[in-house]
Amino acid sequence: MEKISRLVSENGVVIFSKSTCCLCYAVNILFQELTVRPVVYAIDKDPEGREMEKALFRLGCSAPAVPAVFIGGKLVGSTNEVMSLHLSGSLVTLIKPYQGLLSN
Amino acid sequence: MNSPSTPYITSRNMEIYDTSRNIGIYEPMHQMSMWADIKSNGFLNTPTSMLVEVDTKLDNQSEDTSHETLGHSNKYDQETNKPVDKVLRRLAQNREAARKSRLRKKAYVQQLESSRSKLLQLEQELERTRQQGALIGVGLDAIPPGFSGPINSGICAFDLAYGSWVEEQDRLVDNLKTAIYTYTDEELCILVDVVMNHYSDLFRMKATSAKADVFYLMSGMWKTSAERLFLWIGGFRPSELLKVLLPHLDLLEQEHAEVCNLKQSCQQTEDALSQGMDKLQQTLSDALAAGQLGEGSYFPQISNAMERLDALVSFVNQQADHIRQVTLQQMARILDTRQTAQGLLVLGEYCQRLRALSLLWETRPREPT
Repeated sequence: MEKISRLVSENGVVIFSKSTCCLCYAVNILFQELTVRPVVYAIDKDPEGREMEKALFRLGCSAPAVPAVFIGGKLVGSTNEVMSLHLSGSLVTLIKPYQGLLSN
Repeated sequence: MNSPSTPYITSRNMEIYDTSRNIGIYEPMHQMSMWADIKSNGFLNTPTSMLVEVDTKLDNQSEDTSHETLGHSNKYDQETNKPVDKVLRRLAQNREAARKSRLRKKAYVQQLESSRSKLLQLEQELERTRQQGALIGVGLDAIPPGFSGPINSGICAFDLAYGSWVEEQDRLVDNLKTAIYTYTDEELCILVDVVMNHYSDLFRMKATSAKADVFYLMSGMWKTSAERLFLWIGGFRPSELLKVLLPHLDLLEQEHAEVCNLKQSCQQTEDALSQGMDKLQQTLSDALAAGQLGEGSYFPQISNAMERLDALVSFVNQQADHIRQVTLQQMARILDTRQTAQGLLVLGEYCQRLRALSLLWETRPREPT
């Protein structure tokens, strides 16, 4: 989907979320602890929200679609994947280019 | 206890009756002879008729008493011109007193009967609870006051399964104790796999139980009391356990650094998840408090809150267990077989000590209240 592709290519770390989703909030907090400022896009606030959700499913996200985390334009996954990566020490490697930066 | 048809005739009941307030009129010996009369007259099987019989007896007694009084009053009231009035007045007074006494007795007996049935009920409940407590190896203190009503069968199943899990865990830890010194690396590797799989079993059990009642898991009531002190989203904080483990492991510098990194990553994910929980509480609270509090009808708020609750708490619980499981796997990756065995042993015994502490606490001698 055009909107998603544009967002993930223009920004290092993107989290697609819903405003009421607490796990999206948790994932955002984790990135901030790692001095990363992700772009958080609330799809429930977007008129094309349903379309975006379907697109996320098509890209490989399983229900629930959010949080959907993209790093460097690539889909990393949801909360599970992000936390597994961090505990294995791999997450810091992925976000290194984007640490200590303001969201772009 | 007495059978229902003979509530009146034990000496114990008579003693109780003697000490009740305002009975006053009849002396104990008087009463005993009264009861003895009833017994010999065979009015045991029909309480109502016995009551009538007793009533009649009481009436008779009161009249007898009045006769005695009459005798006395005759002596002192020879000057009065209305001995008949006095007699009538005394009769009425006695009749009234006897009536009141009968009513009090009736009320008291009714109270005794209802207390008795309540006691039977409580005894049954206690026995049921004891049996469940014995099954799951949890002290009676672990069951909170006011915990009553039908217990979710999913919870029961989990409690039973967890009880078995702990027993098996204790066996495995005992095995590890000797295996560390006696097993070859290959044998130890197999044992370590068994223990790791056993932990996986626990996480699977918790995931299944979360579908039945996630709040039960979150409450930690399935754990012992001292363990509950350390409760974090339905279980232990993995970073806390790593802190316990670290000093007991014989590690190379490289391994030590990796474990420290893992501990730090753990702490960061725990913090993020904790804040997610706070946010969940906040959104739930906001949903419930929406609109006018105190206006009386609040169904929209409840159903809105339901939508938020649904799956959210499960997810947070799942994520916490996910962190626990991944941390365990990472430790097994960083350490070699022998170190992992040592780590599992330390972890196992630490939990055993916590459970022992809980048991000791629950069974400590207490001041009678």
